[in-house]
Amino acid sequence: MTDDPGLYDPSPIAPPLRWPGGKTCAVWVAPNLEYYELDPPAHPRRKSWTKPHPDVVGYGHRDHANRVGHWRMAEAMSRHGFPGSVSLSVALCDHIPEVVADGAARGWEFFSHGIYNTRYAYDMDEAQERAIIEDSIATVQRATGQRIRGWLAPALTHTVRTMDLIAEYGLDYTCDLYHDDRPGAVNTASGRLISMPYSLEVNDHYGFFIYNMSPRDYADALIRQYDRLAREGEASGTVMCIPLHSYLIGQPHRIGPFERVLEHIAADGRAWITTAGAIADAYKSQVPA
Amino acid sequence: MSLDPSYLEYPHRARGMDHGLYPWSNLFERPPLAWPQGKAVAVVIVVSCEFFPLTPSDVPFRAPGHMQTAYPDYRHFTARDYGSRLGVPRLVEALAKVGARASFAMNSRWAERFPLLAREIVAAGHEVIAHSTDMNGTIATGLAEADERALISGSLAGLEAVTGVRPKGWLSIARSQSWNTPRLLAEAGLGHCLDWVNDELPFRMATPAGSLINVPLNHELSDRQVIATCQQSADSYAEQLRDAYALLAGEAATHGGRMLPIHLTPYISALPYRIDAIEGLLGWLAAQPGAWFARSDEVAAASGV
Repeated sequence: MTDDPGLYDPSPIAPPLRWPGGKTCAVWVAPNLEYYELDPPAHPRRKSWTKPHPDVVGYGHRDHANRVGHWRMAEAMSRHGFPGSVSLSVALCDHIPEVVADGAARGWEFFSHGIYNTRYAYDMDEAQERAIIEDSIATVQRATGQRIRGWLAPALTHTVRTMDLIAEYGLDYTCDLYHDDRPGAVNTASGRLISMPYSLEVNDHYGFFIYNMSPRDYADALIRQYDRLAREGEASGTVMCIPLHSYLIGQPHRIGPFERVLEHIAADGRAWITTAGAIADAYKSQVPA
Repeated sequence: MSLDPSYLEYPHRARGMDHGLYPWSNLFERPPLAWPQGKAVAVVIVVSCEFFPLTPSDVPFRAPGHMQTAYPDYRHFTARDYGSRLGVPRLVEALAKVGARASFAMNSRWAERFPLLAREIVAAGHEVIAHSTDMNGTIATGLAEADERALISGSLAGLEAVTGVRPKGWLSIARSQSWNTPRLLAEAGLGHCLDWVNDELPFRMATPAGSLINVPLNHELSDRQVIATCQQSADSYAEQLRDAYALLAGEAATHGGRMLPIHLTPYISALPYRIDAIEGLLGWLAAQPGAWFARSDEVAAASGV
């Protein structure tokens, strides 16, 4: 084990980035389209559910996403012109292809969030980790015709090999590093991997599960986050990700206040409303490998 | 380091759900529901009537709201009794003021402890939902099937003995079920449960003993979640429910009848400093032309599932 993963240059100083059209903040929305299993196998280092199986509330809450929440969230995003860059439990392509097809029809981009959100990568050997990466690439290709370009580790579980492996498979970005508001280089054995700013702090999971915010308080936090990053982006383009889980944001008391956020950002004029892949492209075109 | 090879096997990875309890269904693609009188949103208020014994049980788990200190925990025992003795009448009165019929999820021992209140609730036209025997009557996998069956039959018999009415609906404590629960509820002749929070309208579940309707009682919209867990004010709670109602009423215009479940806990919502906000909410809801205050058995029947 090491006391510093050495994944990136710790210095916060980097050449300025510019976004298309003189926009100051690249805003991307990351819906997590997930499938949780009712009775997953036990992992030696992490429990899937807090209750004995079936954890009716835990599972039912997540299942709300694919029956109700997704459609409400996706409609709100489309109404205000926000595409999704999807963190996908790829087994959703097998279980409920309608949800994946809906995102694809809206022009959304897909990257992998593992097979299920109830299968964790900790302690996988290299062959096992390669298997879930290859499975992800093949499954998303088959379901959407897209080659995945990014990775958000399943339930945020990693090994020390993960970054090297996804770079070797040609993926462009990881969403697992939280050290910056701008994209940056990740040190890998081969290939070229970018750290794409995702977010824990303004993730709806943190807003509603960790900080216990009301829907309107969460909306206010997103607007403050955006306003600050849009201002700081005058010096060097910033990135704001809005990571969502439709079983949270798609609840009937939350989607209305959230729509006010989308309206605010869309009307502001400083936002480059885009996808993670387009941000990766803009970064690569400005920063030599 | 390596995981057991079975960890990368996915035996249920196929079209549909990873279990046989119910099929997948998209809320927005179902035939629109028509509630009585063309109402837009069924407002289903569920009031929990809970009796917490001074001797808490951790088998299979300790119920939320149960005793917390070393024995004897007079603090929580009496505070919960306050909710039953003073809070429930406040809620019954608030419902009467707006002419709302609601559903009371009752432990059978609660009905035995407060028989006059239980009978008054029934006389006012409210539904009694069976809610186990007392707050030691929790259910989870690991509870012996015979013990679980005894909780269900004991609850139904106790509630019927006090109120004269055999409940048709069931709410598990903390909405926690075992693998056996849906089957045992169907075997006991119950028509619906309220444990699954995965949908916003009633849907039918399959069990080996016949089918069972689930009326989703969204825990995210409960006073326990918003006020006790998330530590928000009663005013914020009422505002969140008004926001939810507005959203659902909008959807009803294009997609058919919607449902707003409001799960209230007397020792949380019916305190003197919070009940005004709850009454204000009920008054606001009563003033909405599209609101239909309905019991859980009424929405189960009206949904036609």
